[in-house]
Amino acid sequence: MEPDARPYVQFEAVHKSYDGVTPIVSDLHLTVYEGEFLTLLGPSGSGKTTCLMMLAGFETPSAGAIRINGKAVDDVPPRRRDIGMVFQNYALFPHMTVGGNLAFPLEARRMEKAVIDERVQRALQLVRLEGFEVRRPGQLSGGQQQRVAIARALVFEPDLVLMDEPLGALDRRLREEMQFEIRRIQRTLGVTVVYVTHDQQEAMSMSDRVAVFNAGRIEQVASPEVLYEEPERPFVASFIGDNNLLPGRLLAVDGDTCDVEVAPEQIVKAFLVAPPQERPRPGPGDDVVLAIRPERVGLAPQPGTYSNEFEVPVEDMVFLGDHLRVQTSFAGAGLVVKIPNVVGHGAVLAGDKVRIGWATTDCRALEPAQRGQAR
Amino acid sequence: MAASRLHGAGHYVHVGFSIAVFVFLIAPILVVVPLSFNAEPYFTFTEGMLSLDPAAFSLRWYAAVTGDPNWLRALLNSLVIGFFATTLATVLGTVASLGLASPAMPARRAVMGVLISPMVTPVVIAAAGMFFFYSSIGLAQTHVGLILAHAALGTPFVVITVTATLASFDENLVRAGASLGADPWRVFRRVQLPLIAPGVVSGALFAFAASFDEVVTVLFMGGLEQRTIPREMWAGIREQISPAILAVATMLIAFALGLMGCVEWLRRRGAQAA
Repeated sequence: MEPDARPYVQFEAVHKSYDGVTPIVSDLHLTVYEGEFLTLLGPSGSGKTTCLMMLAGFETPSAGAIRINGKAVDDVPPRRRDIGMVFQNYALFPHMTVGGNLAFPLEARRMEKAVIDERVQRALQLVRLEGFEVRRPGQLSGGQQQRVAIARALVFEPDLVLMDEPLGALDRRLREEMQFEIRRIQRTLGVTVVYVTHDQQEAMSMSDRVAVFNAGRIEQVASPEVLYEEPERPFVASFIGDNNLLPGRLLAVDGDTCDVEVAPEQIVKAFLVAPPQERPRPGPGDDVVLAIRPERVGLAPQPGTYSNEFEVPVEDMVFLGDHLRVQTSFAGAGLVVKIPNVVGHGAVLAGDKVRIGWATTDCRALEPAQRGQAR
Repeated sequence: MAASRLHGAGHYVHVGFSIAVFVFLIAPILVVVPLSFNAEPYFTFTEGMLSLDPAAFSLRWYAAVTGDPNWLRALLNSLVIGFFATTLATVLGTVASLGLASPAMPARRAVMGVLISPMVTPVVIAAAGMFFFYSSIGLAQTHVGLILAHAALGTPFVVITVTATLASFDENLVRAGASLGADPWRVFRRVQLPLIAPGVVSGALFAFAASFDEVVTVLFMGGLEQRTIPREMWAGIREQISPAILAVATMLIAFALGLMGCVEWLRRRGAQAA
């Protein structure tokens, strides 16, 4: 986001529990900036949909406040929030035509017939469904229904649109097409979008920023690139893309770099990540988790290329078309190496001993999850 | 082969038994229809009727019914009481079902049980209770009293049919309506009601039928001014045995078939929309 972007939605210390005991969402702080495409990403049951429902007004926070455009919305019912919402299964009105569905929010706002007709036409153009207004939702394909649902959420020109796993019911190809389509519409209108999904690929390809949810908390909020390259927590490191996670013990710290013992006599040089929320950095003797991307591990490098180099046994090799996955055994655990399928990639066989290596900066020493959650 | 022949035999027994059940259920009703065209004032088939002599059949009992001010008043009473009782039962039953469908509703099963109870309790008991209660507040022997009594008897039908329709109703549609800026009344009128309409209408038809052929509460609570068709038939059988009753019965059967047809048509339409 540009630094001058205006906060549009703010979650302030929001807490939600249905029974007063089990938290669904705890101590949630999140800012959505104007015009931003922000995705709430997480496994099912991580609290992301509950957050969306609280923002829409269908659920009330047990504690904390939600602000939209600076105003607390606790007492504002959903119908007065002026938020467009795309539901998981579209929630189109089956007894109305497409035109009737799109006119519904405009009629609720008591607009004139001529204005309604014009807006409906514009919305249909936006989602490329001109001429479909007399059809009923049941006569449309899944992708077309999805477009109608999006058009209906936009036709009354809300400043904020919420989408709850809108592409979950579509097949893969259509899903990719709609991802692009939603992004195009969002850019065209400059509308703020809060999008919920459990599909990390979808979150990465669409969002300006992604908030990664786990067990009712936000683990990290950042752009897709930052989430991938600079995860702050083991959960983010493993949830976004492929990763090798190795537990170890911190031996020595020197500025940003550190020595981590992953097994007796096996010491890895790593980049020490400062834990989020101003907690102290781990010191010597503390447990850490090392995160190393499989594609950042070099296979059989020239000796001395990397600051970390080890001889490891190859356990298996899988050919996956554009790349090969080499499963090695390292420090009593598995370590996956991903190498591109290019000329001279240096094939290895199971049972071989091979040298692998990686740079200090590609190996992130993270605070283990247990310590992060015991607050 | 042997297995399939055995299967075949079982099949014929099954079909034969089913037909027997049908005959058992329907024959007493159907036998009324030809008898209502009897040219003679008897409740039995005359020789002429059995030999299909056209002279043995006539519409005289239909003419007698349609020309009799007592029957016409009974028809009017049945329609008026049925209409208002149905309206009341439909509104109350629909609202109750909507409330019972809400997950926030406490003691749903208990409340549902109470609402359904008029259907399960013997009508004599309900009617006797109503009679004493309505007498003490001056509603016995009034149209209003009968309308209220029939509304109570008809409400369970509406609750059951509407609850059944609501089971397949997507609650997200209500949320969608609210998120699009519609107030609860608009959401109900434009989204929820049209979608549960088949359940509401078939419930209303059942409630009307329940009122239209109800005789027990009318016997308890109706005065001379509240004689309905079933009450008139009751009197007819006891006081002046005449095939006119059979003509009325035949007309009621036709009417009931029409209602059933409506319900079935609604059900199919509902199944198509879903």
